[in-house]
Amino acid sequence: MSKVRQQPQYPQESESAQAGDTLLQVRGLEKRFPLSGDFLEQLRFEGGKLKRRQAFVHAINGVDIDVKRGETLCVVGESGCGKSTVARMVMGLLHPTAGEIRYDDRRIDHLSARQLLPYRRRMQMIFQNPYASLNPRMSIQQTLEEPLRFHHPDWSRQQILDKIGEVMVSVGIDPEWGKRFGHEFSGGQRQRIAIARALAVEPEFIVADEPISALDVSIQAQVLNLLMDAQERHHLTYLFITHDLAVVEHFGTRVVVMYLGRVCEVAETRTLFDRPRHPYTQALMSAIPRLDDDGPAHIKLPGEVPTPVNLPSGCVFHGRCPHANDRCRHEIPQLIETQGSQVACHAIEEGRL
Amino acid sequence: MTIAPTSSSTTSPSSRWARFRSSYLLYSFKRDWIAQVCFAVFVLLVAAAILAPWLASMNPYDLAQIRILDSELPPFWIDGSDPQYLLGTDAQGRDLLSTILYGARVSLIIGFGAVMLQALLGVTFGLLAGYLGGRVDAFLMRMADIQLSFSTLMVAIIVGAVIKATFGGAVYSEYAVFILVLIIGLAEWPQYARTVRASVLAERSKEYVDAARVMGFRAKRIMFRHILPNTLSPIFVISTVQIANAIISEAALSFLGLGMPETQPSLGSLIKSGFDYLQSGSWWITLIPGAVLIVLVLVINLLGDWLRDVMNPRLYKG
Amino acid sequence: MALLEVSNLDVRFALRQGDVKALRDVSFTLDRGERLGIVGESGAGKSVAAFTILNLIAKPGYIADGSIRFDGRELTTMKPRQLQQIRGNKVSMIFQDPMMTLNPVLTIGEQMIECLKAHRRIRRRDAREIALNKLHQVYIPSPERRLDQYPHELSGGMRQRIIIAIALLLDPDVIVADEPTTALDVTIQAEIMELLLELCEKHNVALILITHDLGVVSQVTQRMLVMYAGRVIEQGPTREIINDAEHPYTQGLINALPQMATPGQRLNQIPGSMPSLANTPPGCAFHPRCSFSVDANGERRRDCREVIPTFVRSGNCDVACHMVRELVERHSPEHDASDNGPSEKREAL
Repeated sequence: MSKVRQQPQYPQESESAQAGDTLLQVRGLEKRFPLSGDFLEQLRFEGGKLKRRQAFVHAINGVDIDVKRGETLCVVGESGCGKSTVARMVMGLLHPTAGEIRYDDRRIDHLSARQLLPYRRRMQMIFQNPYASLNPRMSIQQTLEEPLRFHHPDWSRQQILDKIGEVMVSVGIDPEWGKRFGHEFSGGQRQRIAIARALAVEPEFIVADEPISALDVSIQAQVLNLLMDAQERHHLTYLFITHDLAVVEHFGTRVVVMYLGRVCEVAETRTLFDRPRHPYTQALMSAIPRLDDDGPAHIKLPGEVPTPVNLPSGCVFHGRCPHANDRCRHEIPQLIETQGSQVACHAIEEGRL
Repeated sequence: MTIAPTSSSTTSPSSRWARFRSSYLLYSFKRDWIAQVCFAVFVLLVAAAILAPWLASMNPYDLAQIRILDSELPPFWIDGSDPQYLLGTDAQGRDLLSTILYGARVSLIIGFGAVMLQALLGVTFGLLAGYLGGRVDAFLMRMADIQLSFSTLMVAIIVGAVIKATFGGAVYSEYAVFILVLIIGLAEWPQYARTVRASVLAERSKEYVDAARVMGFRAKRIMFRHILPNTLSPIFVISTVQIANAIISEAALSFLGLGMPETQPSLGSLIKSGFDYLQSGSWWITLIPGAVLIVLVLVINLLGDWLRDVMNPRLYKG
Repeated sequence: MALLEVSNLDVRFALRQGDVKALRDVSFTLDRGERLGIVGESGAGKSVAAFTILNLIAKPGYIADGSIRFDGRELTTMKPRQLQQIRGNKVSMIFQDPMMTLNPVLTIGEQMIECLKAHRRIRRRDAREIALNKLHQVYIPSPERRLDQYPHELSGGMRQRIIIAIALLLDPDVIVADEPTTALDVTIQAEIMELLLELCEKHNVALILITHDLGVVSQVTQRMLVMYAGRVIEQGPTREIINDAEHPYTQGLINALPQMATPGQRLNQIPGSMPSLANTPPGCAFHPRCSFSVDANGERRRDCREVIPTFVRSGNCDVACHMVRELVERHSPEHDASDNGPSEKREAL
């Protein structure tokens, strides 16, 4: 398949000219999931009275994110930090409990499915599990054809076929294989097809939710390269969700570090990796298994990630943070600008760190 | 495990027939003689029922062909039989073999018809409940619970009795097939709805459904074009069980006198009509149609079991 | 004498398309207290190797050929009962998913005590004492309370610690860990790996670590095997392989890591993907993806296409590659092969 792939060129700088203006703006985003079932299951007998008790998973607790046109914004964090939930809300797969999402300066989070339709072509998504993201009953041809027919009802059959051929070649899948079904392909090939499906409608913004974490090492490199090729060719903007810091370091323009539904740190990739500021970021970076031994010594965090059902008061990280004091336990830290990064940490604000 | 028999990419069958020929379904069928025997018996019975007008020596619906003098003749292996009537005759002098063939036809028509109605209702409601969730789900599933809390027979008896009382026995007899299809179909749709809902819930959480939503496809399209084809295996499996159940329900209703009239007997009403003569020694009028009914239901159920094993995704990952 | 000696092991799976060779001619040894990593991508056969070591391979898989000697005793021909003794007492296993080992309806304590009582004649109270002691060793906070908890009440990291405690219960000689941290977050993964390393060193337990993560292997193990399409293609000291891999596949695997490329530039990808075990290419299984198998005229070398490479010693590593053999043979006898072979290849990159 490599022979079909065109040799990429590397004019990296040309994109940065148009970077700068904000494509996606997320403000004060919150999402809770009810934990206690439907109305009848919420009723409790307490002290002789019938009371309604509701418990929630507080998945996202006030997240602000800006994605600039042409950049790759990576969102990192461990499982349960809410990074995938943010991605799904941006794509309208989930409705936010509070806050707003603006795309190209228009609010999109409260739109109906019909009103969202024009945005569907502009924003697309790539999923984590290539084994589940292709409909097992549809051939590759059908998978790619359906979105095109749907979004371009005026196109002729030939136009559609040409477009399918074009995207298949661009992701390194032989167009001859169109009649085959997803299960006949390897994981990496399936992920290519999923990428082709997203690219087929010519989006400008792609949300990628852990697109390579289900793949083998050598295939990860292929898919990352493919994503970079596509970005260059189509001037794409990525919101890239991952837990793999090595990928972030290589791939990201800027990084957002999340913990328990809040943003701890936002910085340019270089800045973040040279100088992680937030204690959680530091711990996270020290935990990456490195090939060489000269990495930073592993910072052990005491305890475990608390459940998002009963959020800790104040800074969500205070229970595991070696630098926490009384203020951290009571007051929620806001993102503050310091030395090129934005950090939400009282200790840094006070100069203790 | 890392050993997954993924089909090699060099030998990719393209046509539907070629895909079927290399499928696991056919492979396991070839290795399972019980399934083969059941399938053969089932095909034989269905073919015989469909071809009844050509196979049968007489038309039991046609009163002109019936000779009352030949009533209660025994089957051929018993003294006093008439070679004209291979399996003997019933109390009205109808050739039992012909009547069984016609009866099996009626039973199968009702069985398939009722299951089609069940599937139509159940699949639609199950899809809606599973995909839309929330209040729609709660409402439809409570309906299903209520429906299931009445037994099929009870519903059928009440509805049947009401229809009979309102329109009279003659109308009931005339439209008995449709009424039975309707009654059995309405009584058992929750089986489908529940099964479909469960697999829709499983499918809905898969990423290809998210991908379709991100594309902006409407709910109807996602439900019917994307999710439904992926829930066909369980639908297929319960269909076999449901056909067997419907045939039994029909037989039971007919046996109770609420099913097919004796002028157009199904297997059930044949059994019933012979029941009165069991004491007088004419056992064949009841037992032979009974045996046919048992064999029919048994092979369908065995085929269903086999199908369930084959389609169980935990045993087979394709 | 080595603790574990696997030689010429062939494992096959009887599938309806015919036999699939999952392991071919796999040989390696493990010394007492040694930590060995088995690295490969999915489908390389590394998990099959792990299962086979304990002779746990289940239908449709079977051992077609070869021998597994543990402590001088042959495992492939051993009766199930004796095997059971070895499995529990001498070798224990840690799986990727802790719930594969933990029974959800029994408390942690019950499971640990059952395990002890099954293998030793021991009083319940003593067994509980040992269990508690092992939980202390894996640094589980308030171990007394954990004994009476059910697996679902614990977090993923905690469960994996319990699994390690269970693995240590009978003081085994070898722990086989199959992707023990893949399902865990990086911070937890680092803690679990550190714990495993510490315990192995302290109790002189040998470790076979099966993983796809080169970072983990390089931090924990002393020696490693690299597997590709059911074969071992390179083995040797971990440091040496990580710093200076000889086999083109191992090199490709290491070079494909994002750390190995300049940020923002393309990664060094290996083209294609691993062949399925059902139709492995003839000759060297890696040759269709290998840039070194192409000669000066742009054609595939004949030996790569047709001849299965045998191991050649280069430095302290054994490598199964025609190209490496050529380099080694060209430079012996007058030079030490390990100095020249790799460095020359470096230039070729």
